Amino acid sequence: MNETFTKSMARNIFFGGSLFFFLLLVGLSADTVQRLPERDNRENLTPQVVLGKKVWEDNNCIGCHTLLGEGAYFAPELGNVYVRYGNSKEAIKGFIKSRPVDGIPGRRSMPQFNMSEEELEAVAEFLKYMSEIDTNGWPPNVQG
Amino acid sequence: MKYQSQMVAKPYFIAAIGLFVGQILFGVIMGMQYVVGDFLFPEIPFNVARMVHTNLLIVWLLFGFMGSTYYMVPEESQTELYSPKLAMLLFWVFLVAGALTIIGYLAVPYATLAHMTGNELLPTMGREFLEQPTITKIGIVLVALGFLFNIGMTLLRGRKTVITMVLFLGLVGLAVFFLFSFYNPENPVLDKMFWWWVVHLWVEGVWELILGAILAFTLIKVTGVDREVIEKWLYVIIAMALITGLLGTGHHYFFIGLPEYWLWIGSVFSAMEPVPFFMMTLFAFNMVNKRRRQHPNRVAVLWALGTGVMAFLGAGVWGFLHTLAPVNYYTHGSQITAAHGHMAFYGAYVMIVLTMISYAMPMLNGREAANSIKSQVTEMWGFWLMTVSMVFITLFLTGAGILQVYLQRFSDAPLPFMIVQDKIELFYWLREAAGLVFLLGLIVYIISFFVKGEEARLKPAEQTVIE
Repeated sequence: MNETFTKSMARNIFFGGSLFFFLLLVGLSADTVQRLPERDNRENLTPQVVLGKKVWEDNNCIGCHTLLGEGAYFAPELGNVYVRYGNSKEAIKGFIKSRPVDGIPGRRSMPQFNMSEEELEAVAEFLKYMSEIDTNGWPPNVQG
Repeated sequence: MKYQSQMVAKPYFIAAIGLFVGQILFGVIMGMQYVVGDFLFPEIPFNVARMVHTNLLIVWLLFGFMGSTYYMVPEESQTELYSPKLAMLLFWVFLVAGALTIIGYLAVPYATLAHMTGNELLPTMGREFLEQPTITKIGIVLVALGFLFNIGMTLLRGRKTVITMVLFLGLVGLAVFFLFSFYNPENPVLDKMFWWWVVHLWVEGVWELILGAILAFTLIKVTGVDREVIEKWLYVIIAMALITGLLGTGHHYFFIGLPEYWLWIGSVFSAMEPVPFFMMTLFAFNMVNKRRRQHPNRVAVLWALGTGVMAFLGAGVWGFLHTLAPVNYYTHGSQITAAHGHMAFYGAYVMIVLTMISYAMPMLNGREAANSIKSQVTEMWGFWLMTVSMVFITLFLTGAGILQVYLQRFSDAPLPFMIVQDKIELFYWLREAAGLVFLLGLIVYIISFFVKGEEARLKPAEQTVIE
């Protein structure tokens, strides 16, 4: 960096560039929020799905699983688990209920959360909801 | 040490290192759970170990940033801190609140903790990295406000430099974007979109300003290169960081239910994200080559150079590796992400905090400029053990990730997740071994603080200029 490129030029690039791109991010985010109704499956956002999201969060499911590819990588992707389980909420509920309290010797196992029937139904509805979001075709196949 | 109030940095650094040890212990536990699935189950389930691992990382880095700020600001501003007492009060508040949160994670099931801390009133919990109870989050905001007030008042009454301005901007950004952690809409897509306003805009945005400022400060000190030159570099680096990083948020928007145009925006801008990190490497090596003094603290110089190289590799190269949308379609949420995350966090943020600690600790312990040669050599062993084992952790996770992507997502007959996990077990064993070496390196690093010997001083001939 020679003398023709001065510190004040560098400073102006920083302030101008950052401000410009921050405003662009805000603008694009506003546009995205406008377009979301076409993609985010909100017409199916029932109180049950909202409760399901709460149960999901209260039990820190993201601490082992990914959901649309975000979270921990210790347990399977659940964004499409509804599809993987043959579009069956009963299969999802059955799996959650069946977890042994002391785990499986030598293997990874989901804890037993002792959920109520209402919570189980809500979580299953939430996972069904997630599977119906338009994710640009992700994941590549049903295995997640 | 020129200013008495710089001493408040010391407890912050000690706490940071203590929490770092906790982070690594839980990392080793998780690594073991990857291969021996029922290890410590059901006492410490994986999700709990992971929360402790990632939350301790964030908290100890914040302690490190705050300690660095308290050390740098009086010297840069040429004035004592506005209130050392407030700094110490906030230290204890933050440490106790952090410890209680971790105990909460370990002592009761997460759902119980959520219930106990009133998550019904304002639900913010259970989202990756933002698992802290709402009351802890409010505490973090209060500590941040007190901290920014203290630093802001100090800056107002002293000399204003580019370094402190950039540092303060980064810290304000850190506090402001954290506020998005209180926004938890019922719509999961909106939730995910704005969750990144904390997570991405922190680590690929405002934290880079803090990183740049700390690196610039230590380079001025250990090389004696003219401040004007260093400040110009600093501006260019952080300009590139924000220009590429702000819209780089788009690379997280590919597959979570947002419009297709993010596939392009995210790919283009995140492809440029390695640039500021490459410049940082050039910057560090350039300044050290141009140095006008041979600083007796050689190991601090080593940490500074290491930060440049490892941040470029981890954040830059490993980030770019899977950031283009067609590649990310296959690698999203796989062990490739974990590989990138480990090296990027270590290279950029862990190493910059250790750079500052390495530079400042000798003075905080009452020395003129540096520890004894023996102590420095021990610390260098710690540096190499930790850095090389982190390279191997990254390589093993990358190997695991490539196989995982192929078997589970790319081949003609995709296999289920758990079957694939069994097939790549070897890489997880190797990663765990590398993790144990990392822990060993950390122990050696800590031992270096207790190695005595005659302190290294500037020799008269070297004291002026080496050219």
